[in-house]
Amino acid sequence: METPVQIPFDAQVLDLVRERVFADAIEPTPAVDMPTAYVAREHLLAVCETLRDHPALQFSFLVEITAADYHPASPRFEIVYHFACLGEAFAQPSGAAVPRRLRLKVRVPDNDLGEQSLPWAHSLTPLWPAANWLEREVFDLFGVAFTGHPDLRRILTPDDWTGHPLRKDYPVQVRKDAASWSPMQLTVEEFAANVRATRAASAAAARSRADEPVPARTDKD
Amino acid sequence: MGPQHPSTHGVLRLVLELDGETIVGAEPTIGFLHTGIEKTSEQKKWQQVIPLVERMDYLGAQSNSLSFCLSAEKLLGLEMPDRVTYIRVLIAELQRLNSHLVWLATHAMEIGAISVMMYAFREREQLLNLNEMIAGFRLFPSYIRIGGLREDLPRDYKKAVKELLDKMPAAIDNYELMLTKNQVWTKRTKGVAVLSKEMTLALGLVGPMARAVGINYDVRRMWPYLKYETFDFVVPTRTAGDVFARYQVKVEEMRQSVRICQQALERISPAGVYDCGDYRVVPPPKDRVYTEMEALIQHFLIYSQGFTVPKGEAYVPVEGARGEHGFYIVSDGGNRPVRVKSRAPSFLACQALPHMIKGGLIADVIAAIGSTDVVMGDVDR
Repeated sequence: METPVQIPFDAQVLDLVRERVFADAIEPTPAVDMPTAYVAREHLLAVCETLRDHPALQFSFLVEITAADYHPASPRFEIVYHFACLGEAFAQPSGAAVPRRLRLKVRVPDNDLGEQSLPWAHSLTPLWPAANWLEREVFDLFGVAFTGHPDLRRILTPDDWTGHPLRKDYPVQVRKDAASWSPMQLTVEEFAANVRATRAASAAAARSRADEPVPARTDKD
Repeated sequence: MGPQHPSTHGVLRLVLELDGETIVGAEPTIGFLHTGIEKTSEQKKWQQVIPLVERMDYLGAQSNSLSFCLSAEKLLGLEMPDRVTYIRVLIAELQRLNSHLVWLATHAMEIGAISVMMYAFREREQLLNLNEMIAGFRLFPSYIRIGGLREDLPRDYKKAVKELLDKMPAAIDNYELMLTKNQVWTKRTKGVAVLSKEMTLALGLVGPMARAVGINYDVRRMWPYLKYETFDFVVPTRTAGDVFARYQVKVEEMRQSVRICQQALERISPAGVYDCGDYRVVPPPKDRVYTEMEALIQHFLIYSQGFTVPKGEAYVPVEGARGEHGFYIVSDGGNRPVRVKSRAPSFLACQALPHMIKGGLIADVIAAIGSTDVVMGDVDR
């Protein structure tokens, strides 16, 4: 096992972001697979807008948004964004930007609570409609609220679920009855009466079959 | 519509707002199949995660394990021998073929061409038999492991693959004969569920969906893994962006997969290594385990304590059957992952459904769902 090569951060991306947004907004960090940087939480939208709209960058593909819980470390959460520029496949004008990938991370402390008394980060939905469900998933499973999200509801767990399953302090084996349900069209008494009637009918049918003569055995049996 | 509608590919529920038969609003409800695989993975040792992730996208099982293993190997800094790489290419392309066959069969059946389903499942059955040969398990073979493969290819496997590959081009022609010029098919699919180029990328849709609107993006081409740059294949694109274009792209992809499989088959040497040979990660061969004390200890340690993966994070994208697919994994240097996150193309395709079906007719919803090729196991995880 040789030590994996650390990928340096793109100098062009770094310079452009620092020039456009704020010198302290972005801080590269070593990674083995693609250029990675931490972004200050308050500058996230401005950085992403530069990445998407600058003609030499054109990171127009938001690959994914996810999070990781480093409990009990502080700051506790990291929201992870993957971006890609598709080069000639999408960039306009053709050939203006080279295909490359990028990972941004935002540190989210759990002692600075925002909406719904949850840790918070800025939403990317104004820039990418794809961020909508991805952020809802992070909200649902990690309990990080995204300010500026148009429709921040649970998505994978039921609406009345308590807790956020992917947090490290959430127990692994939880027994919980489903609380979401739809009312039945019948009352409980009607349902029980139906069951009784069905049972009586099948018992009657069985009795009448028992009265039938048993077919005589043939040699072939 | 749903969650138990036969054409919703599992348990997808769509709340539709209708004006007569025209769709005014749509809201997909998901989560019925949420099984917490990502949470479970955090409790398992690295090699125990592979069967779990295969059950996410159950039609492209081995593309899941492949992308998970590639990410883990990135962190470990492992390089695979050529023979392992080419076997993985063969497995990945057979899996793509398998997934596309199920997609074609169900998609055509939902639109009313039931006979296509019979023919496509006939070929798919043979692909499942191939899986059974390598692992004894038809849907989730868990054959690709971190550090290589579970074992060598079985005897006669290459012969069986070759027999199937020889049949495939004619079989694909046969499906096309039933659909491409079929008037009912074209009327149900042309101009239906159209997405613009900009909207497709803004919604994060890549893979066949993007190639059907003319975004010439294929991970195998742009960021090659498994030495795909040395294989000769074409990335098919169309520009219409409707259900018919997605159908054309996927059928052409099946032909290209057959070509890649044939090339990979030629390159796989009859005998040789099937793992990277780093015994910190892969167990030593059985004959050494039975004869040498050190090998026995190492074997025991790997299966009881597991191996450790260096601290860090990795995301290696692969081209799955439904588009860019990959696992973002975080390790703290221990024998269990801290975070395993699947980038699920079906999840984003589900999100895009309302954008495609608004303004269309209720019958077109079925065609739209089919063309996105969503797998609910991948959506809900």
